[in-house]
Amino acid sequence: MSRRSLLAATARTAGALALGGLVGPACDASRPHAGLLEFMEGFNERLERALFDPARLAPELPESDQTDPAEFPQYKIGLDFPEAPAGWALQVGGLVARPQALSLEALQRLPMAHTRVRHHCVEGWSAVAGWEGVRLSEVARLAGVDPRARYVEFRSFEPRYYSCWDLESALHPQTILAYGMNGDALAAEYGAPLRLYSAVKLGYKMVKFLSTITFLPVRTGGYWEDQGYEWFAGI
Amino acid sequence: MAGSGLQILVAYPFLGPRGAAYGWYPLQGAAPPAYVTLGGWLAGARHLHFAFAWLFAANALAYLGYLVASGEWRRRLFFPTRDARNAWLTVLHDLHLRREAPAPVGLYNGMQRLTYTGVLLVAPLLALSGLALSKPVQLPRLTALLGGYDGARAIHLLVLALLAAFLVVHLVQVALHPRTLLDMASGGRRPDGDAP
Repeated sequence: MSRRSLLAATARTAGALALGGLVGPACDASRPHAGLLEFMEGFNERLERALFDPARLAPELPESDQTDPAEFPQYKIGLDFPEAPAGWALQVGGLVARPQALSLEALQRLPMAHTRVRHHCVEGWSAVAGWEGVRLSEVARLAGVDPRARYVEFRSFEPRYYSCWDLESALHPQTILAYGMNGDALAAEYGAPLRLYSAVKLGYKMVKFLSTITFLPVRTGGYWEDQGYEWFAGI
Repeated sequence: MAGSGLQILVAYPFLGPRGAAYGWYPLQGAAPPAYVTLGGWLAGARHLHFAFAWLFAANALAYLGYLVASGEWRRRLFFPTRDARNAWLTVLHDLHLRREAPAPVGLYNGMQRLTYTGVLLVAPLLALSGLALSKPVQLPRLTALLGGYDGARAIHLLVLALLAAFLVVHLVQVALHPRTLLDMASGGRRPDGDAP
C-alpha cells in the first residue's frame, strides 16, 4: 500500500467516524423532532400530502361491521372526563369573514352528515363506530374561510389538548364535527358535546371535547405532536 | 426495522380489530420483550421505522438492480428443473438421512437457492403490507389485496417472523461451517470450482 492510499484510507475512516458521531446523536428516538428523524418526517409528510386525494373516500361500512360499543376505547388525556362549561358553544374564528359561536342546537340545525368508517389508532388497533354530525367543510362555508388559511387548529376544553391539521384533510367530506355516535347523543367518554371525527387521520388528531376552531395561515402543534408524535398523521 | 416495528407492536400487541378474538394468533396480548425493541417509545419507534423504511427499500432496489444487471440471478436464483432435486438431496444429507453428498451445482446448492429466492419473494410483502398499514385509506386496492388492515398487519408480522427464522438458521449454518464466512466476504470460489 502506498503512502498516498494509506492517507486516503485514513481520511475515509476518520470521515466515516465523524459522520457516525454526527448521525448517532442526530438520530435519537427520544427526540423525534430533531436531526435526521425530523428531516425524514418532513420528507414523509411531502409524500403523504402528494398521496392524499381530497376526493377519495374511505369505504363506508355496514352496521354489521360496527365494533361492540363496550370495546370501543374511551378517551381522555386527564384523570377525569371533562365536563362542558356552562353555556358551551363552538367558537369558529381566525381567517374567516364571519366568526361563529355555534351552540349544539345551531350545529344540529345544519345539514347532518353520517359516516361509519374504520377508525385507526396510532397504537395499531382499529374499530368501527357510526358518527353523526356536521361536515367541517359546511362550518367553513358558513364562516367564510379566507383563501390565505392553510391550516386549522382545534382546541379542547379538556386542558392542554389541541391539534392542528392541513386544510385539505380538514375539508375532506368524511371529516365531521360529531355530536352523535352509533345513533345516540355523543357520550362524555367519547368527547361530548362535540368532537372531531375523520376517515383520513389517526385518532389522536381527532380532538375531543371541542371548544374552538381557528383557521390559520401557518401550522401550530398539538398535545401529542408537541411530545414527538407525527404532525401529519394521515392514513 | 425489526426492533422499531416490535416497539410499535408493544403499544397494542394484538392482531385483529377491537373486540375480535383472533384465536389463530398464539401471541395475542404478548408484548415483545424490551431486548428486541428499539426506539424506547411509540412515537420514537414510529419515527425510526418510517425514516429507515426508505433505506430498507433503497437497499433492496440496489440489490435487485445488481442481481439483474450482473447476470448473477442465473446462479443465485432457484430454478425448479435445475435445483429441486439437489435441494431435496441436500436436506437429506444435512439430516444424515443420506450418506453421500449431492454433486456440487455451482455457487450455491439447491437448498440455498430455494431459501434465498424465498427471501426475495417474501421481503417485498413486508414493504407492501407496511404501506397498507400506514395508508389504508389512500391505498385502498393494495390494502384490500392484502386482506384489509388486519390482514396486512398479520402479514407484516408473519413475514418478519419468517425472515427472523431465516436469519437464525443462516447464522447457525455459518457457525457450523465457519469457512463459508470467508467465501461470503471474498465472493467465494469461481463458478468452475477453482480457488480465487
